[in-house]
Amino acid sequence: MKNKAIDTKNDTEPIVALNDVWVAYDGKWILKSIYFNCYPGEIFGIVGPNGGGKTTLLNVILGLVNPQKGSVQLFGRQPDKQSRLELGYLPQISHADQSFPVTVLDVVLMGLYSRIGLFHRPDRNSKKIAMDLLSQINMADHAKRPFAVLSGGQQQRVNIARAMASKPKLLVLDEPSTGIDSVAQEDFYELLAKFRNEQGISVIMVSHDIGVITSHADRVACLNVELHYHDEPDSCFSPDITKKVFGKDLKVIVHDDKCATCYHRHQDHD
Amino acid sequence: MINVQPVITGIKIMIDMFSLQFMQNAFWAGMMLSFVLAVVSFFVVLRRLSFIGVGVAHSAFGGVALGALLGISPTLTAIGFAVVVSNAIGYIGKKGHLGTDTAIGIFFPLAMAMGVIFIGMSDQYNVDLFGYLFGNILAITRQDLIITAVLGGLVLLSTVLFFKELLFVAYDREVAFVSGMPVAFLDHFFLTILALSVVISMKIIGIILVSALLVIPGAAASQITRRYNSMIAVSILIALISTSGGLIISYYADLPSGATIVTLASLIFFAAFAIGQKRK
Repeated sequence: MKNKAIDTKNDTEPIVALNDVWVAYDGKWILKSIYFNCYPGEIFGIVGPNGGGKTTLLNVILGLVNPQKGSVQLFGRQPDKQSRLELGYLPQISHADQSFPVTVLDVVLMGLYSRIGLFHRPDRNSKKIAMDLLSQINMADHAKRPFAVLSGGQQQRVNIARAMASKPKLLVLDEPSTGIDSVAQEDFYELLAKFRNEQGISVIMVSHDIGVITSHADRVACLNVELHYHDEPDSCFSPDITKKVFGKDLKVIVHDDKCATCYHRHQDHD
Repeated sequence: MINVQPVITGIKIMIDMFSLQFMQNAFWAGMMLSFVLAVVSFFVVLRRLSFIGVGVAHSAFGGVALGALLGISPTLTAIGFAVVVSNAIGYIGKKGHLGTDTAIGIFFPLAMAMGVIFIGMSDQYNVDLFGYLFGNILAITRQDLIITAVLGGLVLLSTVLFFKELLFVAYDREVAFVSGMPVAFLDHFFLTILALSVVISMKIIGIILVSALLVIPGAAASQITRRYNSMIAVSILIALISTSGGLIISYYADLPSGATIVTLASLIFFAAFAIGQKRK
């Protein structure tokens, strides 16, 4: 079911609006006719198999990929340099060079660079903002430590502090749970909910892990080239949608350990 | 009683060495280059662009040969050649979805081939091409020192101005782009300062050997430091020791200067690698 009606359920302006977006690589459609709205203060989860176009969809929202067809609006207007300043982006944890010679404080400060501006160094005020963020994520004691020595969960929290440093209206997260254990994952999503509740930011996150997304998102959609909506994240997806998105062999989608194992095994057989 | 004879001999050699104008020039040039190459190598290593130094350095050869053919300053034509090739590697590698290594694989031999063609067309044999390839400290003039100071100063100053942006892009270019950093400009800016650093190093270290100093100081420093400011400081120190030590040894042992500098730098890298491994 391609749900365009869902767009009308909220009277407020969407902060992200994708209207009939199509993206192709090498003549093959990666995204087909995507209609997608995300509203202020909402945590929107997108699940789908690897290769289903999740990262491409994020890249369209981030302005890293231009669609062949369709329109993208951020904060009610065409994406521009200013709209990028209102975005916070958290890539996959394995994304950056793990041995890069920066401290935890340096990483958070990077989130402030565009506000500090060209030719200026981070001043005392920027450092105070960064330290406040580190306090909020309980990492202030680690400020001077090399980023490389932190655990995966700690690195992910520091990365979210970096993304929050510029006071974005929207956070975009790519596979936020990859490479961190389940306890750290719970901490991470608590932190995300805290930022949402206290600062009213919106969150769009993609993952191949259905359990994580359904447990922590307000709304969920499934993506496998096409986008299928599902209104209530904590109930099961209808069998025809999961079959369409993940293939016919997926049996359990309730969030527990067995489910994840079952799902990953299915992925491995693909 | 302590034997002071070797110390006296050493001082005599140093006085002897610095009484020669060309050695003074070589030393001044070496000191200035150490700062430039160390800072550039810091970014080369962090951006994992080590091979690009080789490509850009060799492209300078095409420029030197063109200068010889046209009878104008080989330094000027080398600057033009290296800056164009360096940026073309970045542009075509990205736009052609080839990756930097493939683009280097195209431009490196192309620039060399053009160099050989220019030499073939030229009937002038008064330009010491071998000196440009492997370095010749006898050839460093006062004018070269001025060029090195001006271009080297420009490279260092602009790197300081764009430091935090270059650092962010080296660390995480996607997040840097999304947060509003001018990533494409910074890429080409970096390729340009890399090209300029190569050209000012040609006479003292040589086109073929300079790529080593675009990698080794940063690589050695990365083995023993974990913070970027200390990595830059150590990188500069290693470059200074390599060039000054290399020049002294080459004078004393009558060895080619560029090759001696690079060999010494490599030995320092192996020592830093061993220290880094021992600390783990």
